[in-house]
Amino acid sequence: MNNFTFSRATDTSSALKLISRNPEHGTARFLAGGTNLIDLMREGIEQPQSLVDITLLPLSEVQQLPDGDLRVGAMVRNSHLAANALVRERYPLLSQAILTGASAQLRNMATTGGNLMQRTRCYYFYDGAALCNKRAPGSGCDAMEGFNRIHAILGTSPQCIATHPSDMCVALAALDAIVNITGSSGERRVAFTDFHRLPGDTPELDTNLQPGELITSIDLPASSAGLHSSYRKVRDRASYAFALVSVAAALKVDGGVIREIRLALGGVSHKPWRASVAEDLLRGKAPTPDNFAAAAAAELAPAIPRRDNAFKVELAKRTIALVLSELASGEGAAR
Amino acid sequence: MNPSISLNVNGLKRVLVIEARVSLLDALRDHLGLPGTKKGCAQGACGACTVLVDGERINSCLALAMQYEGREIVTIEGLADSGVLHPMQQAFIEHDGFQCGYCTPGQICSAVGMLSEFRSGAPSAVTENAAASDQLTDAELRERMSGNLCRCGAYIGIREAIQQVYGATKP
Repeated sequence: MNNFTFSRATDTSSALKLISRNPEHGTARFLAGGTNLIDLMREGIEQPQSLVDITLLPLSEVQQLPDGDLRVGAMVRNSHLAANALVRERYPLLSQAILTGASAQLRNMATTGGNLMQRTRCYYFYDGAALCNKRAPGSGCDAMEGFNRIHAILGTSPQCIATHPSDMCVALAALDAIVNITGSSGERRVAFTDFHRLPGDTPELDTNLQPGELITSIDLPASSAGLHSSYRKVRDRASYAFALVSVAAALKVDGGVIREIRLALGGVSHKPWRASVAEDLLRGKAPTPDNFAAAAAAELAPAIPRRDNAFKVELAKRTIALVLSELASGEGAAR
Repeated sequence: MNPSISLNVNGLKRVLVIEARVSLLDALRDHLGLPGTKKGCAQGACGACTVLVDGERINSCLALAMQYEGREIVTIEGLADSGVLHPMQQAFIEHDGFQCGYCTPGQICSAVGMLSEFRSGAPSAVTENAAASDQLTDAELRERMSGNLCRCGAYIGIREAIQQVYGATKP
């Protein structure tokens, strides 16, 4: 690992000041739980000249806002968020998704903000000897014709077929969460589905966070509380493995008609994939297996499978239909 | 010039001068003479480096030592009390919870942290409401210990050891 200067910030404004001493992209990083960044630095993928430790920032609370939203501080640990009583009562989907990710040790270290900033687990991104447009823009992509079983099928570009590895973020996409960001030019709020990017021609950019900006909290809207929901993760091992495909779903059926539906997919794209095509098709329809299957097929219609990941198309369709059917019949949420 | 930091390890204040890039794991093993904590994968995948920080289990390989100033760190060397093994250490011996022993310090620290999480009602991917559960099922135990690999495959003994401690210390 390259050496670097290390400083600890105790409040947000000092954190922004410390990071702005090294404003150019790639020379300074905020350090939170470290579960991804330290690993990437050890592999030489990230080589910051300066780290600003933000774990002492006063952003470790889950607080109820006057309008009923729940604000999750960026430094709340994943394990604490999953165990939080208000989260489990109002947003069980989020708690479930977090608990399917990583291991207990990692969840004790990893933070809410850091979870959003995870980089892909594409083997070629991690292998310094391989070609990767995300790691070295313009160099090429060895995943395209390589072993691409874990790679993306939706929203890909000719530059990159990497996936976003988070489970928590799939739930946050379905819950219409808001990302609160602060920077030298002020504060801003970003809809969760606009926070992460598709690769396009700039796969080196995972998110729309600007250099020097800091995530301060995530807001969970009151309108997403208490939904009948379920998170289903399909993976190679029963525990402690990244998703091949995951589905976050919430459903409200009234008078035999779907009144409200939230659907997001993990393991299939460069960002948590909000399945709005399927949602639009299902809203106002009857919650039948045929309708679920048709909506899933429409969502996956634009999929571009590669040599080793074509199975994900069928897996995603079946998992969507299964999870929605279970929710419609009153199962699922209880797991 | 390298910075000087102070770590609280196994109840003792330890001052050391290290580069910022030194992991908590390397600080313990190489700088503080505490080689009980093991380096397996060095990427957070195996759990051999598990230690307790403020009572919670973490992977010390992914932690920078500098970040852990002011925290209460407990390693495998700190579990015994005045020469008497911690019940989890004793149970691993009684149930053959190891073969080569390399993953064992991490398994034991992780198991101690896991029982504390379970008793505090922390949920898992298996049990939605652990607070209401008075039983640590094997499915529950396997899920909660999945961050610790044993390549010898001593899982049966590990499971028995943890179940014994859980049963013996049930409130």
